[in-house]
Amino acid sequence: MSILRRHHVLIILAAVLLLLPLVLPNNYYYDIVIRMAINAILVLGLNLLIGFAGQISLGHAGFVGIGAYASAILPTHFGWHPLLAMAAGATIASAIAAIVARPIFRLKGHYLAMATLGLGIITAIVIKNEAAYTGGPDGMPVVALALMGFEISGEKKWYWVLAVVLLFSFWAARNLIDSPFGRALRALHGSEVASQVMGVDVVRYKVAIFVLSAFFASLMGSVTAHYIGFVTPNIADFFHSIELVTMVVIGGMASIYGSLIGAILLTALPQALSTFEGWETVVFGAILMFCMIFMPRGLVPTLAQRFGGRESEGD
Amino acid sequence: MLSQFLQFLFSGITVGAAYALAALGFTLIYNAPNVINFAQGEVIMLGGMLVFFFMQSGLPMPLAIVLAIAIPALVGIALEKLAIEPARDAEVVTLIIITIGASLVIRGLIQIWLGKGAHSYPAFSGSEPLHIGGATLLPQSLWVLGITALVVVALWYFFSRTLAGKAILATSCNPLAAQLVGIDTQWVLLVSFALSAALGAIGGVLLTPITLTSYDVGIMLGLKGFVAAVVGGLGSGLGAVLGGLLVGVIEAMAAGYISSAYKDAIPFILILFILFFMPRGIFGAKVTERV
Repeated sequence: MSILRRHHVLIILAAVLLLLPLVLPNNYYYDIVIRMAINAILVLGLNLLIGFAGQISLGHAGFVGIGAYASAILPTHFGWHPLLAMAAGATIASAIAAIVARPIFRLKGHYLAMATLGLGIITAIVIKNEAAYTGGPDGMPVVALALMGFEISGEKKWYWVLAVVLLFSFWAARNLIDSPFGRALRALHGSEVASQVMGVDVVRYKVAIFVLSAFFASLMGSVTAHYIGFVTPNIADFFHSIELVTMVVIGGMASIYGSLIGAILLTALPQALSTFEGWETVVFGAILMFCMIFMPRGLVPTLAQRFGGRESEGD
Repeated sequence: MLSQFLQFLFSGITVGAAYALAALGFTLIYNAPNVINFAQGEVIMLGGMLVFFFMQSGLPMPLAIVLAIAIPALVGIALEKLAIEPARDAEVVTLIIITIGASLVIRGLIQIWLGKGAHSYPAFSGSEPLHIGGATLLPQSLWVLGITALVVVALWYFFSRTLAGKAILATSCNPLAAQLVGIDTQWVLLVSFALSAALGAIGGVLLTPITLTSYDVGIMLGLKGFVAAVVGGLGSGLGAVLGGLLVGVIEAMAAGYISSAYKDAIPFILILFILFFMPRGIFGAKVTERV
């Protein structure tokens, strides 16, 4: 398999990202594309967990919040370098994920959903209550991210940074899926018992993928905080977690490019719905139900099957 | 000292009773099609909001209450018929997302219809508090506890003494076998959803005079009911009731003695603790996993 064939979607994505600035009319559209990219990377991490390990996290926004607030609090109150703060946030999020995941994954069923649900809500409540550090419900400003004297600010600079990160994430995720680690994960989703018999350390793999997705989430939380320059507790709340899970499921579980499509659609949706004054929640919920009833596997896998071609990232 | 403790206990048990009703609703649906119904919180909200609306439009309270329980039950039936049934063979994650979608639709519609404000209506029998051991107890709390107890007894009777109840139990144990002995499992699903929604609505109707209601109270109430169901070991009816009371009391004690700012976090800390150390819930039975 040549590199061209193996990565043809990735190459198309790169081309689109290169050409997009030619057609984006103003900063408003840059902003939407940047948010799509941030969500796509987040959703990719979550999809590895939901789609490949068959586990659902209902508190992923909690990890996003940890990253965002690490990047807000540590530089402002303690004078840390933003990069160091970002790393600290990701480390804390990963550590919490690891501590929680170990006992949970020894259980069968949807216990991770409940545990992550609790974790996410606790995180949001802590952020709201520790106003001395977090600014409480009003949120707090975040310092700009500067690398070696070069400050990343403004939509155009962020666009290029995120384009590179996005491409890298998708390339890394593809490779991960095709690695022995990825194959073990897929086997795990297929049949836990069978993969265990084949010698896959089920718990270890599940914990690893959960920690990895928490790490991703925290990093993207930090990026969001620096990009917007302000954080509010909304970034960690239950509704945000639901939005992320929805993006995974609508795009397609276990579909890497589905993550991208899901993120693009659901980021664009609120913008499109803003004309329906007050009806956003209703329409959002109705679309969710509709998609899940008629396309339970998600858009990308369903369409790929409908139009004959096998899914590009399939076996 | 003691009076303070009693005060916290009273408020804990009162809220706990509503959690217990919500938890029973979760348990019922978890038992039947094995769905975790995230719209459960919204029917609690619906119960309170509908009583408010009907009383405001001039209906007498008893009629308003009946309607406020019947309509959510119909919503439950519609949810099963229109959303869960067509997607029956889908993965659990998909079903969970469907119920989350339903909860957004319900909350959004109520927000458009009745606005964002907090609403309430008078207590069932006055608001002159009773004094017990230095603590005060609202008459409405007695209503909450009394009706919850009645509902629990009625449910126990339904599931252990009537054919319909036994059919539901049988279906939850083994749907295929139930179908083979002639149980209409389709019907069982409908009844489960209707009953579960009615239970949630009763909780909302009872609690609203004490705690107020608004379009967005459903999420927290639902999630806490869910925690209560897990604490009680998902699937166990008695466990759900005890779990609800326990969550309510622990929450009230923690709010009183530790920190009221972290009151809402308590049930979720509890659920992590339970999952770590007692994964089957406090009252759950031991289950052997079939391969």
